[in-house]
Amino acid sequence: MLTSVPPARHLLRAKDMIDARYREPLDVPELARAAHMSPAHFSREFRRAFGETPHQYLLTRRLERAAALLRNTDHSVADVCFTVGLRSVGSFTTSFGRAFGLSPTAYRAAHPPASDRVRIPTCVLQAYARPQSSMFREDNGNRPG
Amino acid sequence: MLKQLTNTQVWVRDQDEALAFYTDKLGLELREDVTVPELGNFRWLTVGVPGQPDVAITLMAVPGPPVFDESTREQIHALLAKGAAGGLFFSTDNCQASYEELKSRGVEFSQEPTEQPYGIDAGFRDPSGNQFRMAQRKEPS
Repeated sequence: MLTSVPPARHLLRAKDMIDARYREPLDVPELARAAHMSPAHFSREFRRAFGETPHQYLLTRRLERAAALLRNTDHSVADVCFTVGLRSVGSFTTSFGRAFGLSPTAYRAAHPPASDRVRIPTCVLQAYARPQSSMFREDNGNRPG
Repeated sequence: MLKQLTNTQVWVRDQDEALAFYTDKLGLELREDVTVPELGNFRWLTVGVPGQPDVAITLMAVPGPPVFDESTREQIHALLAKGAAGGLFFSTDNCQASYEELKSRGVEFSQEPTEQPYGIDAGFRDPSGNQFRMAQRKEPS
C-alpha cells in the first residue's frame, strides 16, 4: 500500500525547483503549481515548513549564488546579477549589501575562493552560505514575476 | 578497531515505493528483502550499488510503537518530507550522462551538473525527500 504524499514533500519539490532554476524568472504562481497548491496557500505553507517565504528563499538563493560567482569568477557585477536571475543591478547591489554587509565589489575583494582552502561539496556551501532573510530587511525591488 | 562501513540507512515513507525508485530509477540492485513476522512484520530491505558488494543501503520504514511512539514517528515523517533527514553521496564516471539518464527515468534534480573545483556534481532526491549527490571527481593532480 502506497502512503499518500505528505504536503511537505510537495513543498520540498518547490524548494528544490528554486535551487535548480533560480536563474530563470520563477514566480510564486509557478512554484505553487509545482507544489499543487494555490499561490496564497503555498506561500503560507512554505513559510510554515521552512521558516521563510518562497520569495525570501528564492532571493537569498540568488544572493548566495551571486556571492559564489563573485568569489570564484571574474564576471562583472552586472553579469553576476543577471546570471542569478535578478534583473535590476541597483536592487541587486542594495539587497547584496543588506545580506552580506559589503557591496558586491568589496565582497569580491575580501573573499578569495574557498577552493584555495578546502574541498567542500557544493551542497554544503549552498546550504551554509545562503544569507538568512530574517537578518536583513528586503524591499520589493526584486520581487519575482 | 573499526574496519569497514558496511551499511548505511535512509528513512523512507514507503518501502515498496522506495524499492522501485532505488532499483528501477537509480539502477541500484536489491540485496536483501526479508520480512520477519515475529518482529511485527519488520521488513529488512537493502539495496546497493552494482559492483560495490560490501556496502548496502538499508531502506528503513519509520517504525511506530514499540520502537517509536506515534508522535516521534510523525516527526520523522515530517522532517523526511521537508528534506531534513539526511542523504547519500555517490560517485559517477560521467556526471552529465548519468544526469540525462536519471532525468529521463523521472528522477527529480535539485541541481543540474555543475563544474566544481573538485569535479562535476549534481543533486537529486528520492520520493521520500532524502537528498542525494553524485560527483565525478577530477583526477588528483
